[in-house]
Amino acid sequence: MRLVTFAGPPATGKTTVMTRILKEFMNEGKKVGACKFDCLQTEDDKIYTQAGIPSAKGLSSELCPDHYYITNIQTVYDWGKKEELDYLFTESAGLCNRCSPYIKNVLSVCVIDQLSGIRAPRKIGPLLKLADIVLITKGDIVSQAEREVFMRRVETSNPKALIFPVNGLTGQGISEIARAIRNMAMEREIEDETLRFPMPMALCSYCLGETKIGKEYQIGNVKHIRI
Amino acid sequence: MLTIPLLKLEKEYPYLPYYLDDFEVEWNKEKSFSDNLLDLPEAFFEQRKMNRKEVEEDFEIYLRNASACLSEEVRNVGSITIIPGKGKDGTKESFVPITIRKGEMIAIVGETGSGKSRLLEDIEWQAQEDTPTLRTILIDGKSKDEWLRNGERRRSIAQLSQNMNFVLDMNVEEFLRMHAECFLRKDEISEKIRKVYDVAVSLAGEPFSPDTAVTALSGGQSRALMIADCAFLSRAPIVLIDEIENAGIDRRKAMDLLTGNDKIVLIATHDPILSLMAPKRIVIRNGRIDKILHRNEKEEAVLLLAEKKDQELMRLRNMIRRGERVSITTLE
Repeated sequence: MRLVTFAGPPATGKTTVMTRILKEFMNEGKKVGACKFDCLQTEDDKIYTQAGIPSAKGLSSELCPDHYYITNIQTVYDWGKKEELDYLFTESAGLCNRCSPYIKNVLSVCVIDQLSGIRAPRKIGPLLKLADIVLITKGDIVSQAEREVFMRRVETSNPKALIFPVNGLTGQGISEIARAIRNMAMEREIEDETLRFPMPMALCSYCLGETKIGKEYQIGNVKHIRI
Repeated sequence: MLTIPLLKLEKEYPYLPYYLDDFEVEWNKEKSFSDNLLDLPEAFFEQRKMNRKEVEEDFEIYLRNASACLSEEVRNVGSITIIPGKGKDGTKESFVPITIRKGEMIAIVGETGSGKSRLLEDIEWQAQEDTPTLRTILIDGKSKDEWLRNGERRRSIAQLSQNMNFVLDMNVEEFLRMHAECFLRKDEISEKIRKVYDVAVSLAGEPFSPDTAVTALSGGQSRALMIADCAFLSRAPIVLIDEIENAGIDRRKAMDLLTGNDKIVLIATHDPILSLMAPKRIVIRNGRIDKILHRNEKEEAVLLLAEKKDQELMRLRNMIRRGERVSITTLE
């Protein structure tokens, strides 16, 4: 089974694009599946079901979504194995811009949208910089100049990545992306693999449920703003 | 690279801060990257599961790759060739393959839903019997696999359509500067953006100032700015236009501008003047390229007359805009 991890800010079109790519693989006779990691609630698993794609979902709710993701990725992987999938896509949403769920040796795809603004490629951080493939959605509704500038910023943020513009609504660009994934995704176990970028540390009183404001309530790993 | 002070290195690699920002450490820009690493606690490397050498290697790879992708040239395209495929009903298209050369403009006409945009998509995608139309598009006589690396086709094609808008919170001058900075040397920028601005104003019909927010431009002004920008700043040799006619811009000037800059221009349109401005027009019906018409002498005369009438309407529009009264003589 080939695992591919997708990540990106909310509402960039991850699910739509992933569904289209998975359908393309299905048409080739491959068995595919998807797992959505989200924070509070998600209806996206229904989109997969509608498309005939077996799916799982995990909600981190009160926990940090990144930590939740990495604790559960092995279980999700095992599920995919049990289902005898050829391709398993995982989708992470609700991550903070500091984070990236990418694992060394596992194909990592970042989805960002052109409407998130010209500064986004810099703001997103490791999510964009450590991806192997970057997909840019919603380029069809902005000017050519904005597309070119955005592309430049993505290229300079992550010069190693393959970058594809994609239209999730019409499917323009999907088969090219599917081809890249076919060539790049590797078949391998994930146990003992390492994250590409460390998760944010979370060991303060607020991690443990503190809600009060003020110095006396802060214990553990806290960082103070300097103004 | 590792031993040059960051401040100095940044002059040569302006995108360096993009990389450094992510480390969540305070860089001493007077010192080199390696020297900065020496000052960092062991925890820095432990957290990243990388040793000093690996961090240094990663840094060098980033700088090299980033400067390589910035210096990549856009390929000079001489021609596009469209080879027949099949229509929606499966009947084969019967036209002789058509080639469009540098500096040429071709119109794509047909009823709504007939497949005009699909043809533009085929070109954008450089179809190889792998789109619903089963057409093949050759660029400089070559198919997709023969000359394309990832991104090369994308950089060769600029697109303009009615659906495209500016979304950035910037004024016209800042916007042009930002675009120009992607491709031009510092000393070329000011002159070039002045030129784009002047041309955009002359196309728009209604003047606007360089400090107007791009999102505040009227439909016509923003189309004019997009076209001028495409002609002078975008390096793409192929321009695909999907219906921009209702914008009230000087269409003749706009097309002359693009073709004059050696672009290959394909325009899907319902506008009679734009259609006739093209020496050739592709007629699409039910998903098929039905025929290719070469503009004849009679049509050239029609074009002149249509343009004259159009100017009369333009005059009428401007008079009404200015609050003047109009009469039947205005149109005579």
